[in-house]
Amino acid sequence: MAGITSFGGYIPRYRLSRMVIVQNMAWYFPVIMAVAGGEKAVANWDEDSVSMAVAAAYDCMAGHDRKELDALYFASTTMPFADRLNAGIVAAALNMRENGVSNADFASCMKAGTTAMISALDSVQAGSRKNVLVTASDQRRTKMATMFEMFYGDGAAAVLIGNKDVVADYLGSYSINCDFVDHYRGQAKEFDYGYEERWVRDIGYGKVIPEAISGFLAQSGMKIGDFAKVIYPCYFGGTHKAIAAKLGIEKGRAQNNLHAVCGDTGTAHPLVMLVAALEEANPGDRLLVAGFGQGCDVLAFEVTEKIRDMKPRTGIKGSLANRVELTNYQKFTKFRNLITADLGIRGEANPNTSLTVLWRKRKMLLGLVGVRCKKCGTPQFPVYPTCVNPKCWSVNDFEDYEFSDKEAKILMFTGDMLSPSVDPPAVYGLIAFEGGGRTMFDFTDCDLNQIKVGMKTKMSFRRRQTDNMRGFTGYFWKAVPQVEGGDK
Amino acid sequence: MATGIRDKVAIIGMGCSQFGERWNDGPEELMVEAFTECLQDAGIEKTDIQAAWFGSCFDEVGVGKSALPVSMSLRLPNISVTRVENYCASGTEAFRGAVYAVASGAYDIALAIGVEKLKDIGYGGLPEFSTAMGTLNQLWMANFTAPGGFAMLATSYAAKYGLDMSEVKRAMAHVSVKSHANGALNPKAHLRKPVTEEQVLNAPQIAYPLGLFDCCGVSDGSACAIVTTPEIAKSLGKKDLVTVKALQLSLSNGTEFAYDWDGDHFVTTSKASAEAYKEAGIKNPREEISMMEVHDCFSITELVTMEDLHISERGKAPKDIMDGFYDLNGGGVPCQVDGGLKCFGHPIGASGLRMLYEMYLQLHGRAGQRQIKDPKFGLTHNLGGFPFMNVCSIAIIGKQDA
Repeated sequence: MAGITSFGGYIPRYRLSRMVIVQNMAWYFPVIMAVAGGEKAVANWDEDSVSMAVAAAYDCMAGHDRKELDALYFASTTMPFADRLNAGIVAAALNMRENGVSNADFASCMKAGTTAMISALDSVQAGSRKNVLVTASDQRRTKMATMFEMFYGDGAAAVLIGNKDVVADYLGSYSINCDFVDHYRGQAKEFDYGYEERWVRDIGYGKVIPEAISGFLAQSGMKIGDFAKVIYPCYFGGTHKAIAAKLGIEKGRAQNNLHAVCGDTGTAHPLVMLVAALEEANPGDRLLVAGFGQGCDVLAFEVTEKIRDMKPRTGIKGSLANRVELTNYQKFTKFRNLITADLGIRGEANPNTSLTVLWRKRKMLLGLVGVRCKKCGTPQFPVYPTCVNPKCWSVNDFEDYEFSDKEAKILMFTGDMLSPSVDPPAVYGLIAFEGGGRTMFDFTDCDLNQIKVGMKTKMSFRRRQTDNMRGFTGYFWKAVPQVEGGDK
Repeated sequence: MATGIRDKVAIIGMGCSQFGERWNDGPEELMVEAFTECLQDAGIEKTDIQAAWFGSCFDEVGVGKSALPVSMSLRLPNISVTRVENYCASGTEAFRGAVYAVASGAYDIALAIGVEKLKDIGYGGLPEFSTAMGTLNQLWMANFTAPGGFAMLATSYAAKYGLDMSEVKRAMAHVSVKSHANGALNPKAHLRKPVTEEQVLNAPQIAYPLGLFDCCGVSDGSACAIVTTPEIAKSLGKKDLVTVKALQLSLSNGTEFAYDWDGDHFVTTSKASAEAYKEAGIKNPREEISMMEVHDCFSITELVTMEDLHISERGKAPKDIMDGFYDLNGGGVPCQVDGGLKCFGHPIGASGLRMLYEMYLQLHGRAGQRQIKDPKFGLTHNLGGFPFMNVCSIAIIGKQDA
């Protein structure tokens, strides 16, 4: 039977208290005070929808062989490329097979994530694919002092769809598609344009979601009471409750919309909420998940005993626990490029990216794939044709070796105020991987004052440079120092 | 069987421009300034020079590519001129080319000249180099700078020897204080103010744990040398010859960066210095080396280099430094006698030759207030690149009979 065989999530580490926004911007638009509670997740300056999708995908693939993936779907409305398969970047970061796979972007709509899931489930049910990884991620820039700034958070989730060792059996789906435009972002526009909230609440979320869920129940013959959790995004707290009341969902069975702890993660949100629900689910629980946007997708699952056998993962719960408050509103606006701060002449260098090099070295640059010498066993990165071990020096006798999931230890580091950086000082250092291999990386998600030689690091796929002149976004891996117990 | 370079080549003339922020001069003027002094010192005609080697590093922002800038600026008589670039060893590489050319017998008299015009870029520090690292490296290498690259060395050195960073910082501060004291005595230096340990320790941070005074200056400058065989030097009436005793170069091969290294020393310097002592016939460098000009791009570089030159024992450089062993009149091996990169700044192509210039002046007893009593061997050292991946050059020059 087709269903979910694994799941993972990623919420970025920075949290911006909505009170910080209010303190800085309520003078301009006092209405934001109405939703001043809680905090939203904020992507670091070097993260975007692709990098967060990679993080969620790795989390999801814990205990699964990435080489067995037959397809990767990426759903987002904030993809860095309009023409270049964004899912292809995620796939390369996962060091997926290239031949015999079929990757795709699902774009332009808040329900693109659930639509991607339906497609993946259909293809697995049809037997044409065995393992499809569905990722959804959004990192939406908002104008300052808007309700969108208050509601939106950043995050990603991933679910693996397959038919072996299924942890949540797929019970079917139902969709409504209609051109209800509560908000939109036109071609080449930076920000969302939203219509009156009262209409969006009453005729949008409040009407379409109940209709779609009722439609599914009618089609399947199931009852709302059959579901341990009903999962639907809606950042209007009152409307979220009203939908539950309208559908007769018992108290405690409507999945929390995460407004208080992370905000609405857009395309990712139905999957983020689903993963949060799966993390707490027990075998036998039925879950109903809805994705809203120009209609509504509804999917039903039943959790199996296999959920108990899953390898530990960070998930939504774990990433919510990995939390650092961003107390500086200006820093947030700089991270999102909403204000102009000078990077200095040193930061002007902007060579184009050699696409021939990127093609030739795609495993190295996107997958963090090095080699291991077949003769002496030394893992190494970067790759030169001659083994780095001075006692070996054999030539071109290597096998691929992935560093992306290896932990390392810091050998030396610094925090550099001279290096042009959006978040100075630029912290970087030389790290040695467990099992061998070492090289120098930029560090991210860290505080210089807490870093020590010998500290553990984990690798994270990040945006490395944005070439605004040509519209190119480059990625590479960075090291994340693992400060015990989190940092300030 | 190779016999090395010892005493096969003599330096008969040297020149060094004023170093500093030479806003009104370009590389052409700087080279002519150094060359005019050099030619006069050698007492030969320009037409006696048969070949030249030219060191410059940032050709993108300075002189441009090729050796033409030298041939054009000095109006050399259509002789062979070769441009060399090997990071911070570029100046010493030019010297090496000229010396080897003479030693081979291919030429009688050769010129080595280096220049760098750094202060035309519009911002502090060395020119941005991420775009000069190659098309692949610029897609993945960390966002690092020279001070950051070397600053890392302090963290691993402290970890290796269990030192508190404040101890390392204090020894680094003394390195800079000592160099400033020497530079204050040198009219050609860029920075000529003595500084105190407190000033150094309280300076703004550039790259943890390096502060502003842990970093060398950034300057424009040029230096050059004319070399020939000892026999020709004598036939020209030269006395008290200063000869080349050793020239060594060692380059990283990725071991430090990608295989095995504690981040506590310079693999290349360790090797190049040992080879240089062998070539020069020096058994105990701590006793026999009279003075040194080492690559103090950052105070931590000099500190660690003292161990890789096999003068301080491993882990003992901070103590030797604090004991004043490397001070001008500390009774040990005076280091950065002219003020070092710290006070001269680091116009990269010129630095190696500027260091040799001071050793040459000292060996001829012409170093004024900085003069060391009866020096025999002077060692110069460059380290180009970064602690984990670098080019190291060592030169030893001395009195012919030493």
